[in-house]
This record gives sequence, C-alpha cells and structure tokens, in this order.
Amino acid sequence: MAVTDPAVGASAPDFRTRLQHWIPKIVLSPSLAMIFVFVYGFIAFTVYLSFTDSRMLPSFGWVGWENYSKLWRLSHWEISLINMAIFAGLYIVVCTAIGLMLAIFLDQKIRGEGVLRPLYLYPMALSFIVTGTAWKWFLDPGIGLENVMHTWGWTSFSFDWIKNRDFAIYTVVLAAVWQTSGFVMAMFLAGLRGIDNEILKAAQMDGASNWNLYRRIIIPQLRPAFLSAFVILAHLAIKTFDLVIALTGGGPGRATELPATFMYSYTFTRNQMGIGAASAVIMLMTIAAIMIPYLYAELREKK
Amino acid sequence: MAVASSDTAIRTGRIARTFIYLVLLLFALFYMLPLYVMLINSVKPLSEITGGGMMNLPDIWTLEPWRKAWSEAQIGVQPTGLKPYFWNSIQMVVPAVAISTILGALNGYVLTKWRFKGDTILFGLMLFACFIPFQIVLIPMARVLGVLGLAGSTWGLVLVHLVYGIGFTTLYFRNYYAVFPTELVRAAQIDGAGFFQIFWRILLPSSGPIAVVSVIWQFTNIWNDFLFGASFAAGDGAPMTVALNNLVQSSTGVKEYNVHFAGAILAATPTLLVYIVAGRYFVRGLMAGSVKG
Amino acid sequence: MGFLDIRNATKSYGQVEVLHQVDISVDEGEFLVLVGPSGCGKSTLLNMIAGLEDITTGEIAIKGRMMNGVHPSKRNIAMVFQSYALYPNMTVGQNITFGLEMHGVAKPERDKAMADVAKLLQIEQLLDRKPGQLSGGQRQRVAMGRALVRNPDVFLFDEPLSNLDAKLRVDMRTEIKKLHQNLGTTIVYVTHDQIEAMTLSTRIAVMNGGYVQQLGTPKEIYDTPANLFVATFMGSPSMNLIPVKLRVDGNAVYADTKNDQDEKVSLPVFEPSATVKSCDGQSVMLGIRPEALTDPEGADQRSTHVERIRNTVTVTEPAGSDTFVATTIGGAECVARMRSDADVAPGRVSEFAFNMEKAVLFDPKSEARIA
Repeated sequence: MAVTDPAVGASAPDFRTRLQHWIPKIVLSPSLAMIFVFVYGFIAFTVYLSFTDSRMLPSFGWVGWENYSKLWRLSHWEISLINMAIFAGLYIVVCTAIGLMLAIFLDQKIRGEGVLRPLYLYPMALSFIVTGTAWKWFLDPGIGLENVMHTWGWTSFSFDWIKNRDFAIYTVVLAAVWQTSGFVMAMFLAGLRGIDNEILKAAQMDGASNWNLYRRIIIPQLRPAFLSAFVILAHLAIKTFDLVIALTGGGPGRATELPATFMYSYTFTRNQMGIGAASAVIMLMTIAAIMIPYLYAELREKK
Repeated sequence: MAVASSDTAIRTGRIARTFIYLVLLLFALFYMLPLYVMLINSVKPLSEITGGGMMNLPDIWTLEPWRKAWSEAQIGVQPTGLKPYFWNSIQMVVPAVAISTILGALNGYVLTKWRFKGDTILFGLMLFACFIPFQIVLIPMARVLGVLGLAGSTWGLVLVHLVYGIGFTTLYFRNYYAVFPTELVRAAQIDGAGFFQIFWRILLPSSGPIAVVSVIWQFTNIWNDFLFGASFAAGDGAPMTVALNNLVQSSTGVKEYNVHFAGAILAATPTLLVYIVAGRYFVRGLMAGSVKG
Repeated sequence: MGFLDIRNATKSYGQVEVLHQVDISVDEGEFLVLVGPSGCGKSTLLNMIAGLEDITTGEIAIKGRMMNGVHPSKRNIAMVFQSYALYPNMTVGQNITFGLEMHGVAKPERDKAMADVAKLLQIEQLLDRKPGQLSGGQRQRVAMGRALVRNPDVFLFDEPLSNLDAKLRVDMRTEIKKLHQNLGTTIVYVTHDQIEAMTLSTRIAVMNGGYVQQLGTPKEIYDTPANLFVATFMGSPSMNLIPVKLRVDGNAVYADTKNDQDEKVSLPVFEPSATVKSCDGQSVMLGIRPEALTDPEGADQRSTHVERIRNTVTVTEPAGSDTFVATTIGGAECVARMRSDADVAPGRVSEFAFNMEKAVLFDPKSEARIA
C-alpha cells in the first residue's frame, strides 16, 4: 500500500530516473560552455576592446566612443562601406535573379538536368582562395581574357576592370556570383519542386498562361526560398574576406576594400586594434539585424 | 518531348524550349570556364600562357607545374611546395570534423528527444554562433591560443574549427532527429534502455545519411577556411588555403601562372572529390543551412 | 484497491491544467478503454501510467506499488504504440528481445521467450526480417509480441489500430480481444474510435476536455449516457436529440413536441422517476438512439412502450442491412434505423415508432442526464 502525502503528489524519483534526468544536460554542457566562452564571451571582449585604447596588443585604457568616431571619419572605412553597399546589393540581386532563372528553366523537364545541376553547383565546393586565383589571372589584362582576344585578332578589345579603380569591385561581384549563384538555383529548385502540381493544373484549367502561372501562382509561393536566399547571401556578403584577398588584395589601391578586410588590416597590420574591434562590432550588429529576426521566426514556427 | 507529359504541369513551346536550352548551356559554360582555365593552363609551359594562349590547349603537355607546385615552389621563404601544407590541412580537418560531428549528433539528440525548458533558446544561441562575422572573435581568440600555447599550431586550428562548427553539426542532427519518431525513444525507454543505449542502439544506426551531410559540410568548410588559418597559423603550421595564397601573392621572381593554377587545383581537389563522390549530400547540407526543417 | 489505481491524478503544463482529477481503479484482467476526441487527454493519461510523462498531482499505483517518479522500465508495463515504434535497424527477433536484453536477461532465456511469443502470434517466419519489410498487420503483431514477451503487469495500447486499413482493423480488433480472453491480461487501451471502445472493453472511460465524463461498462455507457457529450460521442449514427417540454398528468409524464406537420405529439415517458415528475413544464432534450426509432414493423416486439408518430421522410440512406431514414421532429434532425425493406421514400409521410423504454432525458443547461 502506497502511503504518500497527497499534497506533495509526486514522491522523489529513484536514482536512475534522476540520473537520466541530468545526463542530457551534462552531455550538452561542453558544447554550450565552448559556445558561451568562445562566441559570446569573445564577443563581449571584442565589444569591450572597441572602447579601449588597444593598439598592437589589447590594452584596457577606457576611451569611450573615440574609436567609433575615429572609424567613421576614416576615408578607408567609408570606401569599404560604399564598396560593401555596391557589392552586397549587386551580389544579392544578381545571384537571386540568375538562381531563379536557372531554377525555373531547369524545372521544364530538361534533358540532361542531372548533368547541368552539378555543373552549376560545384563552385560552392571550392575555396574562395581557389576561385580568387582562377579569376585573378583570367581577368588579368596582361595574360587573361584581354590578351587572348588580342592574339585572336580583336586588338581593340579592352577588359581591364580588375586593374581599374572604378570597376575592380565589379570583378569581385562577378567571382562571387560565379561561386554562389548555383547554390541559390538549388534553393529555388527545391522550392519549385515542393509546389503542389495540382495547384498548377488547376491554374492551367483556369486558363493561366505560363507567364501568369509563374508570376501569379508559382513565384509568390517561393517566398520562403526568397527569404532564405536573401539571408544567406546577405550574411555571406558581409563576411566576404578570402575572395577579396585572393582576387585583388583589396586593390588596386583601396578600390576593393570591404569591412572584413578593413578590420583585418587595421587589427593585425596597422596596429589599430581598438578601431579594428569597433569595425568588427559594426559588422556583427549588421549581421545580427538580419539573422536574429530570421532565426527567431524559424525556431518559433518549428514548435 | 516524350517525358513532358508526366510530372510537371507546365508545357512550353518549341522556340521557348530552344531558348531555355541555349541559356542553360551558356551558363554551364560560364560555370565551367574557370575550371577549364585552371586545368588547361596547369599542364602547359609558362611561355604559352604569357604568349596569349590562355584559352588554347597546350602545344606542349607537361606535368612540371604540378610537380613544382607540390614539392618545389617557394611558399613564404622556404621552397617546400604545397606538400607540407596539404598535410597540415589534413591533420586539421580530420579531428575537427570527427569531433564536431560526434558532438553535433549528441547535441541534436538531446535537443530533440530530451527536451527541457529553454532548449530552443540555447539552440538559437548555438545557431547564431554559426553566422557571426568571425572578425568579432579574432582578437580574443588569438590571445587565448597564445595563452594555451596553441598559436600557430594545427591543434589550435582544430579547436577553433570545432568551436565554430558545432552550431552547424547540431543544426543538422537536430533537424534530422526532430522527424525521427519519438515513439521509438519512448518504446526503448519502456524496454529499459538508458540515454546512451538509446542513442547508440536506436538513433545512431539510422543516422548514416545525416552523418554524411555533416561530415561533408564540415570537411568542405574547414578545408576551405582562410580567415582562421591566416590569422592563427600563418607560418609552418599554415593550412593549404593560406599556403596557396602565399604562393600566388608572392611578389618575388617571375609569376609562374601555370604553377599557381596547379596549386589551386591541388587545393581544390579534396573538396571537389567529395563533391563528385557525394554531391547529393553536399547539396542537402547546403540546403539545411538555409531552409531549415 | 484495484490492480491499477489512478488517484486524483492531474497534469499541468505550466499554468494550464490539461487533465483534471482523474480517479480510476482497474481490476486485474480488466480491459479499460480510454476513449474521446483528440486533445481530450486520453493519451496524456496513458503516458502518465507508462511513466513517459510526470504526474503533476495525485498518484498512480500498480499492484499497490506507488509509481510516481519510477522510471518507465521499472514499472513492469509494456506499451504498443500507434506507429508501432519498431526499431528500424533491428530484426523482428531483436525488436522483440530488446527489452529483455536491456533488463539483463540471458540469451537462452530471451530466445525461448521470443520463440513462445512468435508462436503465439504466428510470426515465427518473420523473425529475421526488418520492420521495413513487413506489412501493417505484421508490424502490429510484432509490436504486440514485443509487449507480450516482457510478461508485464499492465499492457498499454496507444491507438494501435489507427494506422491500419478498415478491413485489417476489424481483424486485429478480434485478435486483440482473443488475446485478452486467452491470457487474462490487464489492459489500458486508448482510442478515438467509439466502436473499438465498445467492442473491446470491459469498461470504458469516456473523456473530453481533460475530464472523465463517464466511467462504466459498454452497456451502461451506451444505454444510460451520463451527459449529452457521452450520448452523442458514443454510437454511430449518434443519438437523436429532440427538444421536448415535460407535462405531468397525474402519475404519467408526457414529453410534448411537434411533428413536421405542426401537429402536437405527446410521448409518454417510460417509468418516470421522482426527478422527472418534478420537472413539470420544463424544456428538456429527449435522447433516442436510431435503432429505437424505427418503422412500426421493425420496432422491438418485447417493448411495451412503442409510440407512433407520422412525419415526413427527408432522405433515405440504404446501407444494405438497414436503411437510415432522416426526418425532422420538433425542429431537430433525426435519423431512424429501419429495416432494409421498410416502405419509405423521400418526401412521403411515414410512421415512425419510438421505443420509449430506451429513451433518455437530458437537462439542456447542465447537459446531465435526468432520466
């Protein structure tokens, strides 16, 4: 006969049950500890550094907002922000346009889809350093495309964007689009394949032309894919670093500097760690502004 | 087309189809172009490239640039070729991938089958860690690696990649286990299996596909990393990407484009191989990183 | 004290109480069915018995042993899940013996137990297959085998037949009933299907909104439902409910309503209780099952209280064995269950026979039965 205090209800669980209760949390804790120290702890540390007079090494003299105000007065930072705007804007729009177009075209029962799809996607498997190297020499006027055209007889052909201050940033866009547009294609293709065929058949019964079918029925249903593509591309754009290093090294001059390269050079080569930290904080804020609402919505829905 | 009748409800006319094929082929050429340039120029003498023959097939076929890139080229100050750095990358990638995948699997298991209050928030924090601009952790990480005596070493990079890879591996396994029937776990609990027994005997045997995704994703990401390698292991401990960049950017002597291209292909080979062998899983990994659930 | 006791058990998620004060005592060898619509708390209660969910307050005891906080594997229970929950990577044999293995039973004993169960369920030829290679019915048997092999005190079934097609479901239902009769095991069985509940159980707990609405034998539940919810949930087609006004006339009580020709109809209430007699002039609901509302020839010959009224047939639905006839009495849609050769046609006025012995009355406000 069980004698228990009804007010307490559940009696103390046996040892094994209690252990089973704790094991999951124990298992999770090393990963959590690492994340908290190496991610959030480090973020806090960098934020702190951005308010100090750190130069070559971290130092802890508090200078308030000085680094930030210095940062915003630097033409170097201004250039990298303008470049970022051009790069991110073009990169996102062009990748999305190409990705959507290729996905729609590939979705037309294309013979050889199985061959084309991997061809479009493989650049994503490459390192940006490899991509940068390939495009660097291909676009080099001395030995690349321009030179080839000249030897083929088109002597007036000129394509020196990579060496041109006004156009070099577009070569970064070109290489980045080359690398990721296939991936965006795959995202849209998955979205297209997920659309219920019966809806399409119904729309055709209603007399919708292909154009209207895509414009009114299909593309609106790809909203989640558009959102994901935007978030992924925006976050890749802000993080772009290796590609610039390998393709142009930030040059010519400062023509292709981006916030990521700015931060790196100010922190590690120019010994302006406080300013470097401040620029990193601004990068983080920008990404957080995009990622946090997205992650919040995604995780909430999943419940 | 004979097959056009079945799946998709959309039908297109002949002219439209020709146009579509044309566009698709043009883009295929666009995507293939850099690979073609790299391959074709890595097997010809330097003079053919500088002479304006970048797009041409080699007149003289040679593997000399490959040999040079692998074992002779000057990286930094030493004429070692890329070989030692290739091994650095291998030594970095294997443990980092293995440990992050195992931890990701356990985390995913806990976060789906042993849920507790606040688990979604913790997962959100782990996930956000994947997307931060790593510039924000460079300074303190460099300090901590210095303090731990891991600066410039492969093990330091293993630690770094482990920390910043866990979010993704956890994401993969969490999403995979989320649709794994919880009734199986309950049945096993009633059968008397404990936390690890359930993981080992029930979940793990069914985790092959997602483990492959996780391994491929981590392998590609870590192999291709440049920022951490350049920041924390620039010298002898540098990974392949850093070494390749040093080779290409070196300002001394003649620019040996053919050697650069050979080096680039060497650096790309492992990930390309993975892509060719298991491209399907690679794509799935990419997708899971964006469209979750 | 019973074999399985649920005393004042409640379950809350945060502030929300999803299961309120459940009190059920199950005797050894009983087949208790928890039935109700989805979200009524029946599966939660089953999971609490299994130990898969904590009990917020109250207690659950098996064979007099308190189970609160005891690990599921230590309760000596076995469970058959809706999806069967067979381990996909193990063979049928390994699935069946996994629980024994976890409990440290030696291999020879495990194999013997497995052989016995396989023989009982006639799945010997399946032992080396993987669950993926089995049909729905076979999986169901394996899931039962996995439960049986443990020789538990209580079997828990969580909607075990809902994933099967209609024909197989009926077969497996019989199979489960046979198993219960032959082995005399104690079973708690959750379903949303009231026919399963009626056919399988020795007792039924009808649940809704986290409350046990009625606990009783299938006959009690069917003939004397405690309230409107139980009356309409159990039985198919469900019980007809006609709004009537009670009129006391000496010792007799009449339920007054109107047919669809606007003629007054008075149905004498069978053996009115004192409660009913005190309800003079009140509006109540008259509940009558379709099989107690028939054509005059099909009416129960033993009943002495058959009342006939004339009404218009709106729809007829021949179902082979019977014909269901829809009509409107007192403004309420009613279904009568007539013989298949009853002479009825839509639009025609026919005679409907009320078996008043089977009629029940409900208070429309409290929804409780008054007679």
